[in-house]
Amino acid sequence: MLTEAAPSPAKAATIAPMLKVRGLEAWYGESHVLHGIDFDVAPGEVVTLLGRNGAGKTTTLKSIMGVIGKRKGSVVLEGAETINLPSRAIARLGIGYVPEERGIYASLSVEENLMLPPRVRPGGLSLEQIFTLFPNIKERLKSQGTKLSGGEQQMLAIGRILRTGAHFLLLDEPTEGLAPVIIDQIGATIRRLKQDGYTIILVEQNFRFAATVADRHYVVEQGRVIDMIENDQLDANIGKLHGYLGV
Amino acid sequence: MFELLGIPPQALFGQVLLGLINGSFYAILSLGLAVIFGLLNIINFSHGAQYMMGAFVAWMCLNYLGINYWAALLLAPLIVGATGVVIERLLLKRIAHVDHLYGLLLTFGLALIIQGLFRNSYGSSGLPYQIPAELRGGINLGFMFLPWYRGWVVVASLVVCLSTWFLIEKTKLGAYLRAATENPTLTQAFGINVPLLVTLTYGFGVALAGFAGVLAAPIYSVNPNMGADLIIVVFAVVVIGGMGSILGAIVTGFSLGLIEGLTKVFYPEGSATVIFIIMVLVLLVRPAGLFGRAA
Ligand SMILES: Nc1ncnc2c1ncn2[C@@H]1O[C@H](COP(=O)(O)OP(=O)(O)O)[C@@H](O)[C@H]1O
Ligand SMILES: [Mg+2]
Repeated sequence: MLTEAAPSPAKAATIAPMLKVRGLEAWYGESHVLHGIDFDVAPGEVVTLLGRNGAGKTTTLKSIMGVIGKRKGSVVLEGAETINLPSRAIARLGIGYVPEERGIYASLSVEENLMLPPRVRPGGLSLEQIFTLFPNIKERLKSQGTKLSGGEQQMLAIGRILRTGAHFLLLDEPTEGLAPVIIDQIGATIRRLKQDGYTIILVEQNFRFAATVADRHYVVEQGRVIDMIENDQLDANIGKLHGYLGV
Repeated sequence: MFELLGIPPQALFGQVLLGLINGSFYAILSLGLAVIFGLLNIINFSHGAQYMMGAFVAWMCLNYLGINYWAALLLAPLIVGATGVVIERLLLKRIAHVDHLYGLLLTFGLALIIQGLFRNSYGSSGLPYQIPAELRGGINLGFMFLPWYRGWVVVASLVVCLSTWFLIEKTKLGAYLRAATENPTLTQAFGINVPLLVTLTYGFGVALAGFAGVLAAPIYSVNPNMGADLIIVVFAVVVIGGMGSILGAIVTGFSLGLIEGLTKVFYPEGSATVIFIIMVLVLLVRPAGLFGRAA
């Protein structure tokens, strides 16, 4: 269990964190869902949020992104406090968000979906680079966004934020409900992005998949981060993890 | 000369033209309502009053400032649109998070206030506005006489409607607008300024009403109630076409104008109610409207 200090892995202690979350609380209307989330993400790291259904993983990403009714605490991105910023300003700091439900617009074509998010930083992928990562999208540019298969929609949701130049990505269960070959493709994409220096927070139910891409895992339970496991310690802690996740 | 079903062609095509003219106003006004409803979820009850303002601004431009019809056609929508921007920022924004019934009540109240203010200053008997010199007279087409100004109204309204459709369906700005309409939270999370889009959209929808008002000024007398009379029919048009459908608003507007015109030829007693009868039938069969997406 954590003491009141946030977990500070050796890496994050020496490098200024990309993201520092402290005492993050969030509400849906009257319902208090996050009760003080603490964690850090170092630049270039891939960390996951693991936890049971309803633990508060999605809400944590939404709170970082500022798309939730009420939140408090502290979310510091590259030294800048963002807790009072509107979500459009947070996005402009260079965060790309792939929501759990993917958020492909039915009233936009695939191409319009891809081109929608404005550039927030220099260095975004070109369309050609995105088509190299996800060749399926190129064939379907004129289709209605929601006519794509689930896997294609997920690729579109990831592709469109890579265009923006955001180098800090929030991916909410990108493999949920997808076929194994597509999960492999998304795993390969995440490893490739990590190599290119992207920082990623990945929400996953599937910790076997998470283990193939992540540096560290935070365990979320009832609106708090209750543990942190280094990826290379995962095997040693597998019993504990099964307990957390109830599998 | 031929006759159709015992109706002289002059009378038939005359009514068809009148129907198209009315349809032009229905189309522009219901288009503005649809654009506003799509993004703001507000049924803009002050739309008729804003149409009336467009006509009055044109009249004031001419009589106080000597600004002619053509300049007013650009200027009046800008002025009326600017008042819309102020209304959105000062009032509508504050009730954006509550049930859209409040928006309807608020804009209804605004309509009464705006109409009252104009009635106070200008009475309700109506002010004349001359057809611009370039568009006086007309042409005899053989089967009917086409006054230039009436032809112009139909063409101008078609151009404005189709341009609006193009703007919304085919441009980047339109993609922002559609995205913000469908999922404002996510659109905002991509860094797009949705509140600004909302303000501009309301201003644009209201400017369309102002434009229709200027077009109407030389045809109908400029008076404070001109919008109140028209807007009830326009609401029926919007219900028939389906709230929030751009193409639906345009097609339904022109078609219902035509149907109304034809009813005047074949069954004059029914011409005032035909649109409402169609509305009832559509509501029974397709409650989301002919072009509406069922929720
Ligand atoms: N829109 C919402 N309104 C009210 N409660 C919600 C909403 N979304 C999630 N919750 C509740 O918040 C808690 C955390 O949910 P969530 O963050 O989605 O969990 P996770 O992503 O870990 O499965 C759950 O108890 C869930 O029921
Ligand atoms: Mg979730």
